[in-house]
Amino acid sequence: MSLYGNAKVKNWRYKIKGNFHFSHSPSPIRNVNDNGHLLGITKPRHMIYLHSYGGEAPFFEGLSQGKLLGTRCDNPGCEYKGTIYQPYRIYCPDCLARCTELDMTETAKNRGYIHTFMTCERSGAFNTLDKPIKFINIEFEGVSTILMSYLSVGEPKIGTRVIPIFKKIDPSYTITDLSWVVEGTQADQLPDGFSF
Amino acid sequence: MIRFTENQLKTPQFMRPVYLVTAGQSKFDRAIPERKTEELCVDALTMAAELVNLTPAELKGYIHSCYYGHFADHFGDQLLGEAVIHDRLGLDPLGNVGIKTGGATGGSTLWEAAKTVASGYSDCVLAMGWERMDEVPTDEGNFLISCAADKDWESPLGHIYTGYYAVMAQRYWQVFGKEEDSFRKTLAEISVKHHGYARMNPFAQSPMKITVEDVLNSPVVAYPLRALDCCLMSVGAACAIIADEKTAMEIARNSDIKPLRIWVTAGSHTLRPADRRPMDIPLLPNETPDLYEDLENRFPGAGRYPGFSAFLGARMCAYYGYRMAGVNDPCEDLDVIELHDAFTISDIQTYEDIGIRPYGQGRTYVESGDCYHTNPKTGQPGKLPSNLSGGLIGCMHAVGATGIMQTFEIANHIWGIWEKIHGDENRWKAFRREKPADWTNLQVNGAKRGLAISHAGVGSHVTCTILMDPDHLLKQDSSF
Repeated sequence: MSLYGNAKVKNWRYKIKGNFHFSHSPSPIRNVNDNGHLLGITKPRHMIYLHSYGGEAPFFEGLSQGKLLGTRCDNPGCEYKGTIYQPYRIYCPDCLARCTELDMTETAKNRGYIHTFMTCERSGAFNTLDKPIKFINIEFEGVSTILMSYLSVGEPKIGTRVIPIFKKIDPSYTITDLSWVVEGTQADQLPDGFSF
Repeated sequence: MIRFTENQLKTPQFMRPVYLVTAGQSKFDRAIPERKTEELCVDALTMAAELVNLTPAELKGYIHSCYYGHFADHFGDQLLGEAVIHDRLGLDPLGNVGIKTGGATGGSTLWEAAKTVASGYSDCVLAMGWERMDEVPTDEGNFLISCAADKDWESPLGHIYTGYYAVMAQRYWQVFGKEEDSFRKTLAEISVKHHGYARMNPFAQSPMKITVEDVLNSPVVAYPLRALDCCLMSVGAACAIIADEKTAMEIARNSDIKPLRIWVTAGSHTLRPADRRPMDIPLLPNETPDLYEDLENRFPGAGRYPGFSAFLGARMCAYYGYRMAGVNDPCEDLDVIELHDAFTISDIQTYEDIGIRPYGQGRTYVESGDCYHTNPKTGQPGKLPSNLSGGLIGCMHAVGATGIMQTFEIANHIWGIWEKIHGDENRWKAFRREKPADWTNLQVNGAKRGLAISHAGVGSHVTCTILMDPDHLLKQDSSF
């Protein structure tokens, strides 16, 4: 079996190694109600993408280190100076100045509550979360936006205080490395790989 | 609290009157394995030509530029699908461009077409939209749709768009619906209505004679939304011909079709609901500031606008569109509408966003019976019937075609041809569908004005298409 594709960046260029695509033969799709006449074919494809987080990379690295990073516009000339963003925005949406990075971990632990939620029984293909998925949107005092995430322990309810947890062991470096639990949850209740 | 500038809130203006001349559409279904997309587009364009008693070649001879609405390249595994369709329709060497704005793609395609005629660039434009969502199984389809959310911040969360949407539904359900069983039944009634109207529509994918209990007992997708609260995944095409007055009259001269005035406007809001910031409610012509002074008292949690319970994009396209076309009160000024009922709850949210009811009171549009063709409470015509096509829940959501289908449906009523188009026995047979024994003519008698809302995802793009009989305008064309 050939090496599954992986990549690194050296001298600002991607260096890829292994297979990034895997070929399979098409098969015919026939109409059984019409003497098996050909209608089409299947088109198998398995390929690996490269994706850059760009200026948001610190946020995703931060999750693996147990940190929730947000940003703030500090441009003195901006009408909305001082506005704090979570999700992390690279640039202020108003003045387009580069935002200042903030460590919001303590804010999230002390001032986050559920704005709304949803328990989802179904998922799309390639889902990695256990079902049912408890989507929650977290509002933080002093923050202008409302973060979407998911609740791993407890029952969601509007207004409930929630605490962030982080997948520091074997992280995926995606937004799923961040999850939440209701206030009062103990460390031994957390899912594998997650900690406060 | 964010604010918008006067420049941003300016009423849009066309440089000359714009007309919808004719339109057409294919059959809609979950899968149409026996036909290629180009065949469906040919069906739509051929139907549009037949309505004005022209051959397709004669109609094509008027077209000067083309807009193609096709949202999801990755469903069909074909980049530049627009060029394929343009070639197969034989429309070289005309300029053409693809439009992609999620669920609003059909409406946005009309928006571009109308502006192109209004500016004088073209006298006649083709707006054609389609979607091909049968080339992958449903769960992979849900994955592909979820790619329309932010791929770093949202899509990995279950790869299920319904979930991103449903958090807003939950907020609305709790704040404005107050978690009442009666509110949940009102939502179910919308599904019953739309699947029921789809029974009268030969183009429709999901005709069903169901009850409120059937909806409430259908499988949970994302509570309180159940399978029968959700829109369809479809295949199909629809088109419209947009023209200036002279060209419109010439195209329609040998038919009973009376070209209709058309206005299309658009609004937007953040792709990620997470990025929504608080603001004042932009008011529609039939609203005053005092209407919402005590909203938070009446509905605790409703004070943050638009929060997760309203769609700013929908509000803004109506804000622009009503002022542009002279609509003051949609319930008084319009006769029939088609809304983007992606989910039963978003149907109710839209009633409020476009001013059919004030924020917080959307449910009364259904509970009063105003939204029906025939008000079930009075037996009289509904005050403002909605989604007589069956909408996205009962008819189809072939994304790039949806906004155009809705507009064609409204035009059918104003042209007075709804029965001819939907009751034709040959069409039912050609689509291999059985016309129900209790088939009912849903023509809105005397319809002169209508509206269609085309809406993307969690409200990132929304368009408002307004159609009027040119002899029943609400505002004079003093500015041309």
